[in-house]
Amino acid sequence: MNGRRLRPGTVALRAVLVAGAALFLVPIYLLVNISLKTPSGLAAKPFAPAIPAHTANYSDAWHGTSGTGTASLGGALVNSLVITGVSVVVLVIIGALCGYVLGRRTSRLSTVAYVSLLIGITVPAQLAIIPLYREMSDLGLAGTRQGMILLYIGLLTPFTVFLYTGFVRALPRDFEEASRIDGASELRTFVEVVFPLLRPITATVAVLDAVATWNDFFGQLIFLNGSGKETLPVTVFSLAGRYVSNYPALSAGLVLALLPIMAFYLLLQRRIIAGFSSGLKG
Amino acid sequence: MNTIPNSLPRRRALRRAHAGVPWLFATPALVAFAAIVVVPSLAALAYSFTDWTGLGAAHWVGFDNYSRTFSDDQASGSLRNTLLLTVAVVVAQNVLGLLLALGLERRFRGRNLLRTIFFAPVILSPVIIGYLWQYIYAPDGGLNRVLGTLHLEALQATWLGDPKIALWAVAATVVWQFAGYAMIIYSAGLEGVPSELKEAAALDGAGRFQVFRDVTLPLLVPAITINVALSLITGLKLFDQVLAMTGGGPGFSTETLSTVIYKQGFVNGRLGYSAALAVELGVAVAVLTTVQVLILRRREVRS
Repeated sequence: MNGRRLRPGTVALRAVLVAGAALFLVPIYLLVNISLKTPSGLAAKPFAPAIPAHTANYSDAWHGTSGTGTASLGGALVNSLVITGVSVVVLVIIGALCGYVLGRRTSRLSTVAYVSLLIGITVPAQLAIIPLYREMSDLGLAGTRQGMILLYIGLLTPFTVFLYTGFVRALPRDFEEASRIDGASELRTFVEVVFPLLRPITATVAVLDAVATWNDFFGQLIFLNGSGKETLPVTVFSLAGRYVSNYPALSAGLVLALLPIMAFYLLLQRRIIAGFSSGLKG
Repeated sequence: MNTIPNSLPRRRALRRAHAGVPWLFATPALVAFAAIVVVPSLAALAYSFTDWTGLGAAHWVGFDNYSRTFSDDQASGSLRNTLLLTVAVVVAQNVLGLLLALGLERRFRGRNLLRTIFFAPVILSPVIIGYLWQYIYAPDGGLNRVLGTLHLEALQATWLGDPKIALWAVAATVVWQFAGYAMIIYSAGLEGVPSELKEAAALDGAGRFQVFRDVTLPLLVPAITINVALSLITGLKLFDQVLAMTGGGPGFSTETLSTVIYKQGFVNGRLGYSAALAVELGVAVAVLTTVQVLILRRREVRS
């Protein structure tokens, strides 16, 4: 293959791909650019680089919901982080434990549990949320972070257990048997032998559950809107109501709300992409 | 025997004696699933036959809620819109995703960067994406500006204000966001197509398109199954982008099942009616995903 030359077709294809990628980025460029303009600057030339940058939009957006009883962007960031972080940790623990049982047991009960969870994956959350809304209000959990964490643990359990079960089934039993022969308890065998072997699927589960929880809007809108414990998506929704035609201030809010997940993506993009492409094949 | 702890007979005996991984380990997940998914979903199914408002008692109304979902303009329109959106999203997202995966199949410098760019929108919050595209589609927004600069004024439109266009404008946003998702699943599928098979077909005189159609495509069916199922579910449950971009308007022209479930249930307090729509959404998801999996499964071949 020494000195290979690119054929014109290949060159054209790559040019098209690069142009396509540039086109894909235009909305993101526009968002950042608008966020640095004044409303009149935007009306004149939305695509021209915002020079000088009008950074006041950012402080406007940052304080945009203050005094309204709604969480500020800073508060919303904390709420999103707490809800996502705790939900994912709990899901990994209970999902791995349950997947270990369902992946190893071959009884009829195990099959029934597995099939029920599979059906649970396809049932839309919209259905369960209707009675849960009432139930959570009665229990004082509506409008709290604890309530949201419980909601996501329940909603994402079927998918999480499904991924772990598939992985456990393909895992040889030798290591856990050796551990039992050494006299380790079942729990110790799980913690010290099985769980470390599950690391690849744990990475996938963590990525998929974290993105699903972080980005969910339907559940957060219903349970958190007006509670003072709003997450980023709900706070953005309130901001949009306030800045109906002030795109620069709204865009600054959108950029701030996107920063954490963009940073997460830029740091871990390979692992994230691998998680999305491998998780669904089980 | 005790002097050789790991001998084979002893291991066999142990395997027989071992009662299995304790069910106790599965309990937390199964309890969470039962309490937060199973019981409430069944309760919602029961409520769908009542006039429940969330306050006071619920009265049995039989199939009234269901028949109303087909006569009420908002709900019946939302059912139609949801199906149209879903078809548009499934087709466009899969075609674009497959084209991107094919274009990026061969290694070259910059391939990973391009993949990273095309995939990036997938992880962004759909409601934020909705507000961003609301500006792009605004009468004086990004898209009309570009068309104006290119002297294509004839193509300018009030993208989200015209009931004939708004639904397709929403669909385009969804495709922009999730085409990269389809792309990486097709890319993983393409890596599984053995190059010897393609080379053998080429040696037999097959053209590039023929190789794709007769060798690559049949081996790609599992990836197609996953991608169609994923885009089908995204389309059927669509909520965030619609609420952000149009709120369901103009009129009811972009209302989806999920936006009506939200408005009727949580804004108007008609929880029984909202539950009936949620049941219909569940049935649509179950029926359409099952049908597509059955159709595509039959076409699966293994290399």
